[in-house]
Amino acid sequence: MNTLFEKFDQISKSPAAQLSAYKAQGKKAIGVLPYYAPEELVYAAGMVPFGMWGSNKKTISRAKEYCATFYCTIAQLAVEMLLDGTMDGLDGVITPTICDTLRPMSQNIRVSMSDKMPVIFLAHPQNRFDLNGLTFTVSQYTNIRKKLEEIAGKPITDDDIRAAIKVYNACHVQQRRFVKLAGEHPDVVTAVRRSAVLKAGWFMLKDEYCAMLKELNDKIEALPACDWPGTKVVVSGIIFDNPILLQIFDDYKIAIVADDVAHESRTFKTDIPDDADPMMALAKQFANRDHDVLLYDPQSSKNRRAEFVAQLVKDSGADGLVLFMQQFCDPEEMEYPYLKKELDAQGIPHIKLGIDQQMRDFGQARTALQAFADVLAVG
Amino acid sequence: MCLRKEYIMAKEVSPGVKALRQVVEDVYAEAREAKKQGKPVGWSSSKFPCELAAAFDLNVCYPENQAAGIAANRDGEIMCQAAEDLAFDNDICGYARISLAYAAGKRAAKKLDPETLEYVINPETEKPYTELVDINEIWAMPEGEEKEKRLAAIKPYRQMQMPMPDFVLCCNNICNCMTKWYENIARMHDIPLVMIDIPYNNTVEVDDTYVAYIRGQFDKAIEQLEKISGKKFDEKKFEDACANANRTAKAWLKVCDYLQYKPAPMSGFDLFNHMADVVTARGRLAAAEAFELLATELEENVKTGKSTLPFPEQYRVMFEGIPCWPKLPALFRPLKKNGVNVTAVVYAPAFGFVYNGMDEMVRAYCKAPNSVCIEQGVDWREGICRDNKVDGVLVHYNRSCKPWSGYMAEMQRRFTADLGIPCAGFDGDQADPRNFNEAQYETRVQGLVEAMEANRLAKE
Ligand code: SF4
Ligand code: SF4
Repeated sequence: MNTLFEKFDQISKSPAAQLSAYKAQGKKAIGVLPYYAPEELVYAAGMVPFGMWGSNKKTISRAKEYCATFYCTIAQLAVEMLLDGTMDGLDGVITPTICDTLRPMSQNIRVSMSDKMPVIFLAHPQNRFDLNGLTFTVSQYTNIRKKLEEIAGKPITDDDIRAAIKVYNACHVQQRRFVKLAGEHPDVVTAVRRSAVLKAGWFMLKDEYCAMLKELNDKIEALPACDWPGTKVVVSGIIFDNPILLQIFDDYKIAIVADDVAHESRTFKTDIPDDADPMMALAKQFANRDHDVLLYDPQSSKNRRAEFVAQLVKDSGADGLVLFMQQFCDPEEMEYPYLKKELDAQGIPHIKLGIDQQMRDFGQARTALQAFADVLAVG
Repeated sequence: MCLRKEYIMAKEVSPGVKALRQVVEDVYAEAREAKKQGKPVGWSSSKFPCELAAAFDLNVCYPENQAAGIAANRDGEIMCQAAEDLAFDNDICGYARISLAYAAGKRAAKKLDPETLEYVINPETEKPYTELVDINEIWAMPEGEEKEKRLAAIKPYRQMQMPMPDFVLCCNNICNCMTKWYENIARMHDIPLVMIDIPYNNTVEVDDTYVAYIRGQFDKAIEQLEKISGKKFDEKKFEDACANANRTAKAWLKVCDYLQYKPAPMSGFDLFNHMADVVTARGRLAAAEAFELLATELEENVKTGKSTLPFPEQYRVMFEGIPCWPKLPALFRPLKKNGVNVTAVVYAPAFGFVYNGMDEMVRAYCKAPNSVCIEQGVDWREGICRDNKVDGVLVHYNRSCKPWSGYMAEMQRRFTADLGIPCAGFDGDQADPRNFNEAQYETRVQGLVEAMEANRLAKE
């Protein structure tokens, strides 16, 4: 099991080496920015989708030519890594535009990459549910499909997409299973390990990832039940993958029993439904995405997202919730007051910690998490 | 985006400008009256297709215009702070924060002494201090003198007296921040939300798939509005509103085009004030007529060589972005000192959309600031820079508006490369005065003036 953990750890830490390895196999790779791009199409084209969620090691420098300071590091570092050559191995990049930061970034990336690689644009609809919205999603995905076909130099058939959908759905099953098992065995699946396993999925072909993850899951499942002496939490936010930050969880015996994190469960909690038309199936998956800070909720007069998160805390047996607020992420910030309201109403303790990927000093986070763990232990 | 009532400069107010002010005043007054009569009042984003609501005779107010007015009345900070106290992060757009605080019942009021119920006067200004109150708490008070005095203490200007919403109309063409902002309002008041989603566009041409998707949403919105208003869609009213909106747009563009004259017959800063009409009343005949009246006055100015600019025009610039409403005098001062007239604002082309028929209307609503690709954005701006003969560009890096500021650096490079004119950027915020640094602004204006001067000498 340790070998497996080490493998995931290696991959999660060295996306550049992963990229080179795939390139050495003669494969093409496509960068995929957040959120909800249909990377199944990349897979169906026989190429490797490569998640781009910023970096914990880089410093914003060249991106300053394009961005003012008040943009999240995820977006700024994506631009940075495209400019500084880190992602030169990519054969293209997909830029979704679901938040106000990603809108202009899609333009900056297209402009700055014009000599380097094709930039594939994606605008998701918010009124995504009825046939009208689904048709729009399909039309956007069809553009992507065409561009990917050009890059791959071959057509993507419907059967290719159907096969990719199978692989992705199977992978979701293992990812959700892993999240659950990690919550049941925090003694073995530490917060640091949990994150590495989930993060590695963004840099691997999903069939390979799924096989490795299944092997790991089987092993974890065979472990004796864990009598956890510490506390249990649900984490929420866009991304939290910094090993130093995660180590604090392990230091204070704070187990992560479930998550509402965009980089993790928000991505794989929704399966791709059956549909005779595989493009429509992908569109329906997007329509089914729910309880999300980035997506319109037609029942907005209710507080559904917050209720969903509160229920997740209850169902997972957590003692509280830790919200990692990415600095400058207005969609997440906008939904915080009502999340807070619901958590408070249900008596669920939570803390909100501001983070970004250029953070190098975690002293404050350490103090806050320690205090929070103490509160939970007493409660 | 959007705007506030008037730009405070000691100058004569012409009949055209008066008429424009009256139009906006009427929008608010009619909404208050509708509320009194128990009719539903809506809150709408600035570039929601107002033609749809007009077809149902619905009264609508505009939170962006309101927030700009509140900021210009110097209550931006107290309202932003109120939103922050409700757990909305100070990173969120200032308009949204002000609006959310207002929606939650927060109001800026003249400070009352709790004992005497007299105003507490600030000896420096000789006016009452400002305090934050909660209208819900006041409404819950028993009838009587205290309640009356507390209600009377709420600032009287129209933006602080806007009626609470019974429904919300959200169109996210200008930004996606709108989506969750309006969802929050719908949640606070448990009211219906009509959502027109306009996805971001990567090409200058609006693709047919966008048109089909948005038209489909119009049909749904009409169904929702029928329920809200209890009325049927009135084709005639809709067509009238479309005709008015087109006429207003044409008249607005005509007014904007007077800035092509050199020297200009007006201060371009005035356009920011008149934007309020385009936002809150473009579907009204009175707005079209008021702009037409203003155009005749400008025509007269051209003939007689007059201008509303209170100083001789030495340089002409494009002002990029929304002004910092709480800091208008500070914004204006160094421009005046250096003889700089703003002769181009991107709102001119961005709001001057003329269309013919439903499909063209859909395409028009796809073209908002922040919903278009960089090429379209550059084209709009370079078009007015050329036509209005600007010598330089002053770029507001607006802390509130991420979609707007996010590609300005690249745009600046293009302006300089394509037009050979200097650009200068400064940091500010349209509504939160805490994000504006006057000293930096002055230095940047100074730098721009020097560069424009050098450019001019080089050309000579
Ligand atoms: S972190 Fe927030 S602001 Fe940044 S890209 Fe993600 S959703 Fe947008
Ligand atoms: S984010 Fe920008 S476009 Fe949106 S409301 Fe704020 S200022 Fe207007």
